[in-house]
Amino acid sequence: MEHVNKNGMEVIPRDPAKIKKIWLTALILLVITSVEFVLAFTMERGFLLYFIFIVLTVVKAKYIMMEFMHLGEEAKPLFYSIIVPLIFLVWLIIALMKEGVEIFGVRW
Amino acid sequence: MSSTAIEIQSKRGVWGGGNEPLKASYGKLMMWFFLLSDIFTFTAFLITYGAIRVSYPAYSGEVADFVSSNEHWPIPEMIFDAVPFVHGGHFPLVFVGLMTFILIMSSVTMVLAVEAGHRNDKNDVVKWMLWTLLGGMTFLGCQAWEWTHFIHGTDEGVVMTYVNSLNNVVSETVYGANLLVNEYGPAPFAQLFFFITGFHGFHVTIGVFLLFLAFYQAAVGVYENRGHYEMVEKIGLYWHFVDLVWVFVFTFFYLI
Repeated sequence: MEHVNKNGMEVIPRDPAKIKKIWLTALILLVITSVEFVLAFTMERGFLLYFIFIVLTVVKAKYIMMEFMHLGEEAKPLFYSIIVPLIFLVWLIIALMKEGVEIFGVRW
Repeated sequence: MSSTAIEIQSKRGVWGGGNEPLKASYGKLMMWFFLLSDIFTFTAFLITYGAIRVSYPAYSGEVADFVSSNEHWPIPEMIFDAVPFVHGGHFPLVFVGLMTFILIMSSVTMVLAVEAGHRNDKNDVVKWMLWTLLGGMTFLGCQAWEWTHFIHGTDEGVVMTYVNSLNNVVSETVYGANLLVNEYGPAPFAQLFFFITGFHGFHVTIGVFLLFLAFYQAAVGVYENRGHYEMVEKIGLYWHFVDLVWVFVFTFFYLI
């Protein structure tokens, strides 16, 4: 199977372990999405359900960023320069949700 | 003379330049920072959705008895319940579940294309890029249908009391949705739907163009001549990001 293309680049054969890992990640993502889908119809709507949804979503985001985007394999400074700024979002969530609740209090 | 020059260079140490602290090419680095800024844009949209949603009363009552009103925020599973070819059917979240499946699968084929690129395997890159392109276009088609249905609405419509564009309070049957009024809930519900899924769809559209570019250039041997498949990797980062955003849109718009 091993051959060299016209530019002298060696074509490396497939590594079944790597490809298996990609499909395993895909399976995990699809299973989590299915669980979310089932929970949406079987659990009562409320804080607990929303909390479970958000946790499952963050788990999916972690798999996409680490396994598909290979962020974990990048140099540490690059990894942190992407992840650390996201801390700012925590405050935005707190501030705007508080704002929404206050508007509710004024309007209704 | 040359030995002196080498000595000076070694004295410069880490501040002397020529180091690569992030160990990534310029293009990949810029793609990551662009995506970081895009994360902020999308989260701002989604947090705005949350803030506006909690500023309206939630629907209290049995899910099965749900009726649309601009006095309370709608339950997504009672709004997004249509599938193509079945007129007036009730299949809650089935179509959007299918869309999620399509986008995740196209993300998987994209990562397989990137993996093939690392192995300089032109045939595999072309094959997986074609699958990814197909997935992307199918998703866009699904979203076009979803929007069309959302805008046209149900046969029956819903009677809404609202302030129309002439500033008069009117009470009339509303069909579908526009930026002023919609049959599903308060006006911001449809506005946010158009803005958030629209902005995501815009990203998918650009993504499909980029996927086609990568597919075409890989197929005609541009990357083979260049000696590396980094462009596939960069476009892959963007395409995974589109999937990442959809995961959040799915949770916050369609599930919660």
